[in-house]
Amino acid sequence: MTTSPADIAVIGAGPAGLAAAAAARGRGARVALLDSAGRPGGQYWRHRDGHNPIPASLRQDILAGHAVWHVEVEADGFVLHTTAGEVRARTVIVATGAYDRQLPFPGWTLPGVFTAGGAQAMLKGHGVPVGDRVVVAGTGPFLLPVAAALRHRVTGVFEAGSPLGFARHPLAVARNPGKLVEGARYLRALHGHRIPFHTRTAVVAAHGDDRVHAVTVARLDRNRRPVSEREIECDAVAVGYGFTPQLELPLQLGCDTRLDADGSLVATADEWQRASVPGVYLAGEVCGVGGAQLSVVEGAIAGAHAAGARPRRSLLRKRAALRAFAAAMHDTYRVGAGRPADDTIVCRCEEVTVREVRESVVDLGATDPRGVKLLARPGMGLCQGRVCGYATACLVAEACGRPVTAADLRGLAARPIAAPVTLGNLAEGVEDA
Amino acid sequence: MDVLVIGAGMVGAACAYHCAAAGLRVTVLDRGGVATGTTSGGEGNILVSDKEPGPELDLALLSVRRWRILGERIGADRLELEHKGGVVVARSAPALAGLADLTGRQRACGVDAVDVTAGDLPALEPNLTRDVTGGAHYPQDMQVQPMLAAAALLRAARDLGATVHTGTEVRGFLFGRDGAVTGVRAGSGDRAAGWVVNAAGTWGGEVADLAGAPLPVLPRKGFVLVTEPLPRVIRHKVYTADYVAGVASDDAGLETSVVVEGTRAGTVLIGASRERVGFDRRMSLPVIRELAAQAIGLFPFLADVTLLRTYLGFRPYCPDHLPVIGPDPRVPGLVHACGHEGAGIGLSAATGHLIAQTLTGATPDLDLAPFRPERFAA
Repeated sequence: MTTSPADIAVIGAGPAGLAAAAAARGRGARVALLDSAGRPGGQYWRHRDGHNPIPASLRQDILAGHAVWHVEVEADGFVLHTTAGEVRARTVIVATGAYDRQLPFPGWTLPGVFTAGGAQAMLKGHGVPVGDRVVVAGTGPFLLPVAAALRHRVTGVFEAGSPLGFARHPLAVARNPGKLVEGARYLRALHGHRIPFHTRTAVVAAHGDDRVHAVTVARLDRNRRPVSEREIECDAVAVGYGFTPQLELPLQLGCDTRLDADGSLVATADEWQRASVPGVYLAGEVCGVGGAQLSVVEGAIAGAHAAGARPRRSLLRKRAALRAFAAAMHDTYRVGAGRPADDTIVCRCEEVTVREVRESVVDLGATDPRGVKLLARPGMGLCQGRVCGYATACLVAEACGRPVTAADLRGLAARPIAAPVTLGNLAEGVEDA
Repeated sequence: MDVLVIGAGMVGAACAYHCAAAGLRVTVLDRGGVATGTTSGGEGNILVSDKEPGPELDLALLSVRRWRILGERIGADRLELEHKGGVVVARSAPALAGLADLTGRQRACGVDAVDVTAGDLPALEPNLTRDVTGGAHYPQDMQVQPMLAAAALLRAARDLGATVHTGTEVRGFLFGRDGAVTGVRAGSGDRAAGWVVNAAGTWGGEVADLAGAPLPVLPRKGFVLVTEPLPRVIRHKVYTADYVAGVASDDAGLETSVVVEGTRAGTVLIGASRERVGFDRRMSLPVIRELAAQAIGLFPFLADVTLLRTYLGFRPYCPDHLPVIGPDPRVPGLVHACGHEGAGIGLSAATGHLIAQTLTGATPDLDLAPFRPERFAA
């Protein structure tokens, strides 16, 4: 399928993409809003049928089921190669969002261990709770809505950091009173369901044969080392250590990237949400994880500017306040890979252990995650490092005795094929096949 | 005497290992990491099948023998060395006639080449297209996992006393009064050496320039496609008879002649494109589309298989498609082991062995004259 070129193609129909498309359309641009999923909303607005929050004005612009697997730059715009055909546009707004960041611990690959986002998606999208005695663990404010939604099914929430860290950032908090109210509301909900909320505590192991039946939780000292452990019975675990922005398309386009405060690789955006590559805009988590509200504001700025209008000053002020809050949040909930035992699996696709990663450095002389990937195969399997990339980078950097760099993460995030495509699909249109 | 090897890729690793095993004191320098250059951009071919009779085939036959020895010494598992054999497929009467002519001449040189009828090909490769006119089976063709093989040889060299310094770029050479090389100027300081081996692969020309002994080594870009993991559905290294013509071609434009094979990890690798576009790292959709179409032509079931990723590399080629191996008479102390084009993994074992023989004063198993560095002088 090849249609006439759109003025603006927005990739990703989550909060940032929907806001970008609405802003651009409101200023008269012809918009194509692409999403890999069957219906818009992204990870955040994941509603069941009949609960669609999408404005009617946008519905005709939405190309659902269009997973973009490659972007080509041409003289007068961009060609988006999708699983449902080509889409051409003069300007591209990348709003591909983020997915759960995972850190390996013994037992994390057991059935019954979910990502926090995965557990939330099952509940919001399908109405299915992941278990009846769920341990929610990891770090960051996202654990609260996940636990609040699962309500009485939650055995306990184990936060590796502590929200008290926000006390170090009084200005950022004061500029975002709504965030404080939101957090308090969730904590009150947990309290109402008698769900214990533990800080500076992490799940360090999951136990079970064919399915998780218990976890070991540990109190963490100031250096995040486990000090006292106890076992808790459960039938499911929802773990989230923040989010990893989905950067395949910005990297394919050659956009500049940087290391953000939360340790993620993000694409660099200017004040109008423009990437370093002409014609490319960025909105939402791809330019820094900050939540749905920030994504909406960035999307509105990107969409307006891409359509040739000047974004309202109030949007810029709002963005500054929300970014300050995001920075405070990242500082409060710091993430490190910890020191998982040697036989812990890092890459579940290829079943690569922590030991094999460390040996690639120590024995075989690898000096960066890409080298380790080529020698020990973490990130070589079906998920192409989307799950294990961050943890691999942390483990390699630790084995090399240095901090993780942007180049480390770039080496694992660059994927010339951004979404699965069959060879038959690829070969379509080639003569003399 | 001390040997300094520039390049920690497959050829540098083989040189380091063989020199260390011959009792020489070896230091390896690489500006990047272990096996992160062209070694990481290939498929790990150890082929005799794709070579016309001549010096390169002689080198390949020696290398097959040396790889067997390496497999025994270091462990085939640690190299992921597989004696999988190659199958060449002809899909027209002229192609089959050309292939039969080639196998006849290869057999005369000692290659184990078996002509196979169209009816017998399915027994070798059950999932191969039936639209074939015949083929040939080459039991000597092998495969290694190239990064693992290079890292394992460097590890073995270290066990024999060699030292490996990654992230260390050579910026210049040091010369004695007589003009002979006495060492290199590296990022980490000067390093003395009796011999400096240029195993810088595609960047071998740059290193040769630093020593004042130019070599015409240029990049020839190639893509490889990697599918999702599958059960063992492709048993050999399978390619079309056009591949031999592509390898030897002097055409500057894009050429694709497909090579398809399974790996131990279950993925299927699909190569090989050849383009002379300098060090252009950009993805090229037309190239990978063409490779996908050709692979489906050989194995129709691949149409429904998912592409997982693509990667690319830059083969180091010389105008006559032969590598440069041996001492450089223009600069005493400088020794070359580069320019192996797309066959560096396969030819590395023989190259390292011959370099070690040369540096220890032994008579090389093969006449190095066809590979001499000064052959390009106008």
